Amino acid sequence: MANIGVFIELKEGLFKKSNKEILSLAKKSGMDVHAVIFSNNPEQYSNEFKGVKKVIQVKGDDLTYQPDLYADTLAKVITDFDLYDFVGGNSARGKDLFPRVTAKIENAGLIMDCTEIDLAGHSVTKPVYAGKLLSRYVIENEYRLFTIRPNVIPVEDEGTGADPEIVTFDLVKNETRCNIVEIIKSASKKVDLLEADIIVSGGRGMKAKENFVILEELAEVLGAGVGASRAAVDSEYATSDMQVGQTGKVVNPKLYIACGISGAIQHFVGMKTAKVIVAINKDSEAPIFKKADYGIVADLFKAVPLLKEELKKVL
Amino acid sequence: MNIYVCIKQVPDTEATLLVKDTSINEAGIKWIISPYDEYALEEALKLKEKIAGSTVTIVTLGPQRAESTLRSGLAMGAENAVHIETDELFLDHKTVAAALGNAIKQDDGYGIIFMGKQAIDDDSYLTHIYLAEHLGIPVATNVIAFNHEDGKVVVEREIDEGAREKIEMKVPCVVGATKGLNEPRYASLMGIMKAKKIPIKKLTLEEAGITDVTTKIKREKLYAPPEKPQGRVIEGELEDAVKELVRVLKDEAKVL
Repeated sequence: MANIGVFIELKEGLFKKSNKEILSLAKKSGMDVHAVIFSNNPEQYSNEFKGVKKVIQVKGDDLTYQPDLYADTLAKVITDFDLYDFVGGNSARGKDLFPRVTAKIENAGLIMDCTEIDLAGHSVTKPVYAGKLLSRYVIENEYRLFTIRPNVIPVEDEGTGADPEIVTFDLVKNETRCNIVEIIKSASKKVDLLEADIIVSGGRGMKAKENFVILEELAEVLGAGVGASRAAVDSEYATSDMQVGQTGKVVNPKLYIACGISGAIQHFVGMKTAKVIVAINKDSEAPIFKKADYGIVADLFKAVPLLKEELKKVL
Repeated sequence: MNIYVCIKQVPDTEATLLVKDTSINEAGIKWIISPYDEYALEEALKLKEKIAGSTVTIVTLGPQRAESTLRSGLAMGAENAVHIETDELFLDHKTVAAALGNAIKQDDGYGIIFMGKQAIDDDSYLTHIYLAEHLGIPVATNVIAFNHEDGKVVVEREIDEGAREKIEMKVPCVVGATKGLNEPRYASLMGIMKAKKIPIKKLTLEEAGITDVTTKIKREKLYAPPEKPQGRVIEGELEDAVKELVRVLKDEAKVL
């Protein structure tokens, strides 16, 4: 039976939702699932690993993320354990790590941000041109690596099956070329837009930076992330890490609420795979209404607070 | 310092794209420097202004049409340009990175190499990292703040939720630029005039050290995603409309 490797991403010790999505995918493939986790005590995640064939536990004195150490180690794990298919989440970490790993393995190829994956056929689909088009690739490398966009794969099989065998692997300790010396936290606690189930987003119609507070309040009720259009970022109403669209983040939530966003193609391509798009805009001619599932033509400064109050009643 | 910037020519962000076989139909397309490469170039120009005697060389790989993008880069203030000219549109990213790296190595040494974290055509996010590995030098990706002091590079890299990783690297190194790093300058009229006269160094793929162009990652199909059906504008008094919206989100769309 062929092997498939899954990179388990922990976030301050927490087991990310995207891991469950990818484990679901891997288990469904019928291949022998090898989960690779950098942790000195992986027992705490044993529920998540039911049905996995083998957990490869990378241990070391200091498992703080350092790109070179992680990449050297993963490259060795992949070749030592014959993990010809290797999958991870398309997170900030995945996007940093997977290309480094692929670069280190002879005859390895990588496709990132896959939205469909056919492991048996070595074939994936990913958005290109910021999602204006989709591209299907066949990958003929000996080692095939993929990162999967969050919220694409349903979690069908959560913690069922037998307990895995756990094997340990020592963190490779080569000299590092680039060193993370500090993590600078964001001033406010934000929801990760890439994994968010719900996003509330503001555009030029927000008129001022201070006004984003009404979106933050709405987001709090919904447990949502707060995004912005390029126009809002360029007008300095919002910071660039909040930008959704072609030169910002491509997001994939269940619900996307666009407030005061006209709906230019560059913004639309960043959120069009959202299951439901809601638009609130006072301009009934705004292109966003052609793309939204539900629209309300109204002044957002009136509609958003009302929406917040109404949601409080039902949530 | 010999500063390098790798750039790619891509369709304008506003372009409507039609498919022809497994590529886009290039008829009528306006071509630009990939926006992330523009941030890379701006940062290179700022660094050049800080370190006396520095030069900025831009390198691209692409068909003949890519020359206009090199001219735009020269007009912004780069001194030299290298064009690895090829009509091969589907090279593996490792091959592209090797060609760029080999072209850079042919000159008299290199310091910092800037490029965008991804080109906005195939959105791969790979070439700058493969380039660094090819040259055996460090790389930081998704860089939103850049500093060069005492022969050392310190960058900030955007991660989740607005947090950042602060990364130190020795020179030479590769810096993958993202939006927020800077505000790219416009080319001046004088810059545009000057750029027309700068000779562009042309290389074939073979001259850039590439003899094997077989690809292992093959595009089978390129297609437009299905259009969303027209949605529904909820009419009526605002309070009623908001109530109705919450009802449909909860009961019909089931997303709450």
